Amino acid sequence: MSMEDLYQEIILDHYRKPHNRAPSLEDEDVHVHHSNPLCGDEMDLRLRVVDDRVDAVVFDGEGCSISQASASAMSDVVTGRDLKDALDLAEDFRKMMHGDEPARADDLGDGIAFQGVAKFPVRVKCALLGWMAVRDAIESYEQGASAHTVTHEE
Amino acid sequence: MTFDVPTLRKEFPTLSRELDGQRLVYLDSAASSQTPRVVLDAMDRYYSWSRSNVHRGVYQLAEEATDLYEGARAKLAAFVDADPRGVVFTKNATEACNLVAYSWVRRHLGEGDALLTTMMEHHANHVPFTFAARDLGFEVRNVPLTEDGQLDLDAARELVADGRVRFLAVGHVSNVLGTINDVGELSRIVRDAHPEAKVHVDGTQAVPHMPVSFRELGADFYAITGHKMLGPTGIGALIARPELLDEMEPFLTGGDMIRDVTLDGATWNDVPHKFEAGTPMIAEAAGLGAAVDLLTELDMHAVRAHEVSLTTRMLEALSSVDDVTIHGPLDPTLRGCAVSFAVDGVHPHDVGAMLGSKGVCVRVGHHCTKPLMRCLGLNATARASTYVYNDVDDLAPLVDGIEAARRFFAR
Repeated sequence: MSMEDLYQEIILDHYRKPHNRAPSLEDEDVHVHHSNPLCGDEMDLRLRVVDDRVDAVVFDGEGCSISQASASAMSDVVTGRDLKDALDLAEDFRKMMHGDEPARADDLGDGIAFQGVAKFPVRVKCALLGWMAVRDAIESYEQGASAHTVTHEE
Repeated sequence: MTFDVPTLRKEFPTLSRELDGQRLVYLDSAASSQTPRVVLDAMDRYYSWSRSNVHRGVYQLAEEATDLYEGARAKLAAFVDADPRGVVFTKNATEACNLVAYSWVRRHLGEGDALLTTMMEHHANHVPFTFAARDLGFEVRNVPLTEDGQLDLDAARELVADGRVRFLAVGHVSNVLGTINDVGELSRIVRDAHPEAKVHVDGTQAVPHMPVSFRELGADFYAITGHKMLGPTGIGALIARPELLDEMEPFLTGGDMIRDVTLDGATWNDVPHKFEAGTPMIAEAAGLGAAVDLLTELDMHAVRAHEVSLTTRMLEALSSVDDVTIHGPLDPTLRGCAVSFAVDGVHPHDVGAMLGSKGVCVRVGHHCTKPLMRCLGLNATARASTYVYNDVDDLAPLVDGIEAARRFFAR
């Protein structure tokens, strides 16, 4: 296994200088906490919605470079999109992590750099963590909830 | 007396592998050890020569199979200085702990009672008892740790002072911190407060690495797994005082564990068979017997001496790397050879991935010890662990890999 297959330069850039990483968000609508008990990754994600669009999303927590970088790339991709569109991209990313060709490669932005992670099954959960958190945050918002905690099992 | 590691290493087929042109450096024996040819041969011989069931056939093959199975029991009993009637084969140490939880703890503890365990237990020696506590309403108390990762025995004395602790579950050697626990002293503390209290020890990380005498330790129950002591997966054992097993009800029921069966009931076979329902793991027992033979030949005192020497070098090597913190005791005589460490600024998963790309196998994660991780304020650690086939030449690749991870993931 090659380190370069897994850790592309774009991924390392997001890891070293994460976008939208913050411990709080003004006027947040939803706060979700997601964890991967097997690797010990923990993530807090906060979402603010305006006119059914992702107005802002920030994340914070502990995790490996893949989970942190993927959340950073995700935050760039979903900000400004309407909720349905963001959910659709999260699903496209999830399928890509399970080996499918992404249907919306251009829209996934830097998220496309994580396609190679699909070849490393134990790291797929790391790359998915931020995306699953934002999906949960949007779905929680749509159901009128303001907080939700999810533990991802194997 | 010592043994020659390069010669011994040749007996382990997997260790001759190369990964991407690099020598395999296996530093994850605390998770599972490599398997020597003698163990593979013993299992192969059963399947290709003596294949039959145990304890019932009256023909030669069945007698051979029974001899292999019961012979392994006798070898393991001698290896840990126990009565063979007190050696119950299980699937692994987890099943051994569950046997104790179901056949003793759940039948003796209830509301008003307390069970003492520690903050450093593997989930296998923790969850079966907290699960029982949830069902039966007894209290679970946890011995805290000192700054250097040892059991706080003064705190233990206070935890048993009200005389309600009737059971102790403690690991012999921590799979994360490496700490060798003073099980004898903790047992005395518990029994001084309640003379009838029972002591259960998880010996998973001890038996492969140091001489263990069940009789001298004075425990009531002792859990062992085969796959960390050069044996195959799928076999472990519960060591117990036979007279205690005699008094206990079985855990699993079915064939082989009964004396007589009527339409509305059954009577139980003698110990240890009372606790071995169904056709057992015969090939695995043969393999475990061969592993015990090899360890006996190496001499467990020599094994321990080798590992103290190697752990000394590993602690020095890891301490020499900037930004590396070692968890657990720094005195190699107080610890086993599993060494957990953190690399400041690099997540353990990334450390493990970099080491893996260089052919160095270490474990990363919470090591099935979530309460300990919370106690240490960590989510995960990287852990390097050695065994009889490791030597100082395995330490340079470890250090090089950690240095490479520090450079690669520098922010």
